[in-house]
Amino acid sequence: MTDAATIQETRQRRWAYALLAPSAFWYLALLILPLIVVMVYSVGERAPTGGYQAAFTFDNYLNLGARWTAFKNTLTLAPAGTLICLLAGYPLAYFLAVKASPKTRLLLLILVIVPFWTSFLIRTYAWMFILGGRGLPQLLDFIGIEGVRFINTPFSVLVGIVYAYLPLMVFPIFVSLEKLDKRLLEASEDLGASPFATFRQVTLPLSAPGVITGCMLVFILLMGEYLIPQMLGGGKVFFIGNALVDLFLQSLNWPFGSACAMALVVIMVVTVTLYLKATRATGGRDVSLV
Amino acid sequence: MSDPRKEFIAQLRRYQMGSISRRHFLGATGLGTAMAVMAGAVPGLRPRAGFAAGEIGDKVSLTSWPNYHDPANLEKFTEMTGAAVELTVFGSNEEMYAKLQAGGTGWDVFVPTNYTIQNYVDADLIDPLDTAQIPNFDPASYSDPRMSEPGTIGGKIYALHKDWGTTGFVQNTKELPDKLTSWKEFWDIAKDKASGRVMVHDYQLTTIGNALKYFGYSFNSNDEKELAEAEKLLIEVKPHLFAISSDYQPGMRNGDAWMSVAWTGDGKQLHNDIPEIIYVLGKEGGEIWSDFYAIPKAAPNKKGAYALINFLLDPDVNTAELMVHGYPVADKRVIAKLPPEIANDPIMYPAAELLSPLEFGASDVLTNPLRAEIMARFKSA
Repeated sequence: MTDAATIQETRQRRWAYALLAPSAFWYLALLILPLIVVMVYSVGERAPTGGYQAAFTFDNYLNLGARWTAFKNTLTLAPAGTLICLLAGYPLAYFLAVKASPKTRLLLLILVIVPFWTSFLIRTYAWMFILGGRGLPQLLDFIGIEGVRFINTPFSVLVGIVYAYLPLMVFPIFVSLEKLDKRLLEASEDLGASPFATFRQVTLPLSAPGVITGCMLVFILLMGEYLIPQMLGGGKVFFIGNALVDLFLQSLNWPFGSACAMALVVIMVVTVTLYLKATRATGGRDVSLV
Repeated sequence: MSDPRKEFIAQLRRYQMGSISRRHFLGATGLGTAMAVMAGAVPGLRPRAGFAAGEIGDKVSLTSWPNYHDPANLEKFTEMTGAAVELTVFGSNEEMYAKLQAGGTGWDVFVPTNYTIQNYVDADLIDPLDTAQIPNFDPASYSDPRMSEPGTIGGKIYALHKDWGTTGFVQNTKELPDKLTSWKEFWDIAKDKASGRVMVHDYQLTTIGNALKYFGYSFNSNDEKELAEAEKLLIEVKPHLFAISSDYQPGMRNGDAWMSVAWTGDGKQLHNDIPEIIYVLGKEGGEIWSDFYAIPKAAPNKKGAYALINFLLDPDVNTAELMVHGYPVADKRVIAKLPPEIANDPIMYPAAELLSPLEFGASDVLTNPLRAEIMARFKSA
């Protein structure tokens, strides 16, 4: 290697470091350091009037079972919500990317985005009305289906979740389907594949990166969800996020809260790693979000 | 109800007007410490030099609860003194305490509830007040000394009474025609006729406290055996509840909930808008509370803080405050100025015999880890 090449390489590397420095600092200050604080707190004790006092004990972790319902609710409703988002979002993304004419596509994309112009809180309040006694149940009552209750049930939380997170599923899938070379579909047809076979063997594998990204986005955010269970679950459908808010703000039991938060982090890391491994093995390529 | 669309709009307006439960809307919605900067944000619009221009600086910060002050009053203060009032609102006493404990708040005046004042004094976060700087403070004017006493600790006045209220329950008499009178009936009916239609606060002090009242125990009990009984009752009732939330006005208003644990001001607002909703104080007792003005030790503008407290305790200003927040004030000078329908209102100023069994929440009850854990177990049951 010549000197000139070495100098250029060093220069390039310096540039890279300089450009990475802000984000590195950001991650260090806002992710790594707080995570260390949480770890330290999680082996501490609750001070007599609340808060944290130094100690070294694993009692907080041994006590995690006391929040089992919160973990159970999160670990069932988050995957269920992700799955429904996928089942509802894929056809929409497919239609947008493959079937819709450019003009209607633009219009439909705008329609998917429009709800974001209104505050999320207001939209969730609207759902409280729609699912509340004067909303859908009254309408059902009118056509003879009586005694239906939606609000403050796992179902209403699921409705809120799917409503809120659907766009996050639609967009990554849309992007991956939009890049899809339509000639591949023609080729498949020419070779005698049925539409379903084409979908299964061509479209689906090629859109896998979008599906994987969408599922990850929705699932990770759902695991930390707080507002929707609070407002549409009436404090009865309890997520880990809700348990954390209670532990930090009401019980002032920061060490136990930290232990719950660490448990959540561990669960996420494990499930996401397993998920990525599994999806890679089944043919997903170009995973764009790791 | 006549026109559902109109009803919806009316409800939406109510949210916008802010007639939702005082303490917990922000907490419940996760907004935590939302800021409402009243005048500081637009210095250009601040009126120039009042009579005391510059004397108390150009800004006094006030940390309080949602819908708890008359904005016109705060503007008047700015006009008079040249100091803008920067208003911050909180969702719970615990949060307020945690924030002040963490330090660096820049608060000049804040509004703690009776049971937290001892904690603030213990943690050395507030100083005794120099009442000479608050000419509008008149110890002889209190209609009921119980409301002002929690502000005095060890013979020193740390905080001055702002307003007070009770914790009872609201009942929709259209759905539940038999008027209830006790916590015993409240919990029994919750498991029976009103199953699926009852709300309790997302707040250990009131929810556990009123479950204790079912057995006739003290609202403030820290006794393990009594708390275990209360927990058993709560877990039994849990499947019958409509919700565990301190934001109970929406549920009561649209008819999903027929009963809810409630604070005075919410009871008053609900009854005003929907007369068939009544506010009941359980005959076994329950909670009475009182809010106070206090000055943090670290207040950057103490002079401004005294000026603001003095202004807010002016009987005319205080009366205007009451008309906005809807909570009773235990100041005879204010009561004398109230229209008779308010001064004699059974919700705002209940009969003495209903008040006598009520208890003030105790500070060790608020911080009791066992009660916090019981509440958490109840919620995640």
